[in-house]
Amino acid sequence: MTKPVVIVGASMGGLRAAEALRRFGYAGPITAIGEEPYAPYNRPPLSKEVLAKEVSHEAVAFAQRPATEDVNWILGTRAVSADLEHHTVTDSTGQVHPYSALIIATGLRPKRLQVNNSELAGRHAVRTLDDAIALRAELVPGARVVILGAGFIGCEVAATARKLGCDVTVVAPGIHPIVRPLGVELAREIQRRHEAEGVRFKMKTSVSDLIGETKISAVLLDTGEELACDVFIEAIGSDTNTEWLDGTGLDLSDGVLTDNAMRAVKTNGNVTEDVFAIGDVARFANPLFDGVARRVEHWNIPTDTAKRVGQVLAAKLNEAENWPAVLDETFAPMPSFWSDQFEMHILAFGLLALADEVKLIHGEIEGDCVFGYYRDSKMIGVCGIGLRSTVQGYRAQVGTQS
Amino acid sequence: MTIKIDVDMSKCQHYGQCVFEAPNIFRLNNDDKLEYVAEADDSERANVEAAIDVCPMQAIFIVEK
Repeated sequence: MTKPVVIVGASMGGLRAAEALRRFGYAGPITAIGEEPYAPYNRPPLSKEVLAKEVSHEAVAFAQRPATEDVNWILGTRAVSADLEHHTVTDSTGQVHPYSALIIATGLRPKRLQVNNSELAGRHAVRTLDDAIALRAELVPGARVVILGAGFIGCEVAATARKLGCDVTVVAPGIHPIVRPLGVELAREIQRRHEAEGVRFKMKTSVSDLIGETKISAVLLDTGEELACDVFIEAIGSDTNTEWLDGTGLDLSDGVLTDNAMRAVKTNGNVTEDVFAIGDVARFANPLFDGVARRVEHWNIPTDTAKRVGQVLAAKLNEAENWPAVLDETFAPMPSFWSDQFEMHILAFGLLALADEVKLIHGEIEGDCVFGYYRDSKMIGVCGIGLRSTVQGYRAQVGTQS
Repeated sequence: MTIKIDVDMSKCQHYGQCVFEAPNIFRLNNDDKLEYVAEADDSERANVEAAIDVCPMQAIFIVEK
């Protein structure tokens, strides 16, 4: 019997990988193992539209295509180990899955605050559908919401909670929200607009303790200040889900290191032939920018890396004549993301955090505006509030290849 | 052969991610609102499928006749 391609991770990346394998002509068996009980669904609305409305799997489930109807989805089941020598994955029920190729798509999980009283009720994160369902139930008008972390997720949830009538305070160690990728000028303006909508910020501090009996009633800041709190949301970044790969020899120093064909690389530098990584968990160099391998947690990366794997792996498994040519193609996906916060529609391309210079290039900071991000005078990113067509017009200029 | 394209405008948030996957079908107009061609040659199918994949709101559909 033909061994299946085994995809570990049944979110967008896993689904797109299965679809891409079919599209590039692989007709053999595919097994996808996912820890969550749900078929693949769309995560971005969980901090925005969906959180403001009724949260259900139906509202966010991806449409399934006929080509992937025969994929064997094993949901509610976690992969616990992989044996690269014998080409198997073992899941949490003890079942062993032999594979012809392994696609790692296990993504991220939210980092959680390490404090005393960590078992108190009222703590939330925003990553999964179940997270959003639990949080939605508590975002009632007048609820005192404290959000730790002022990145994109923290700011989106702040805006959504505020629109739902909650009393919202954002606590974060930085000087302004989202300052690391966006730069001081734009970040300061985003803070101003949030404040104009009634969101409070406690910047340059963090939460040192949670206070309450069984449920959180307040949080204690590093400054000694105590904030009354009914709902505590932790949006302090993510950890990679790679523990199940410990001992495999793969380079897991930050996610899974891959080459330009998304083939996993071992700590000894050897490139594996039949193990791939995609999406948030994959760390790869993007020739659009430089030779430094990075994980990129942007919207398009799971889809683009899944397509790359589909192309490479289908050619390999079908023993296609163009296999060497496929492998030699340059994979250089343009990072792309957006964020909605109150009336702000933020759209960006590139890797903004690499910039050594940020300039306003269109509009005015108090209104719709576009910023250019440059490294060594070359545009490596563009970001706007509003003016989407203008932002899109700069996309082709982003990167060091052009 | 042609394909019919439908965008659920009650879902569409005009993010414009589709524009780069199927530039012959989708564009943002001067007001940054999505405009699209509702019927296209079958040769556009792969591009439209790619646009469906990247739509953050999953608002794009090919209407199978």
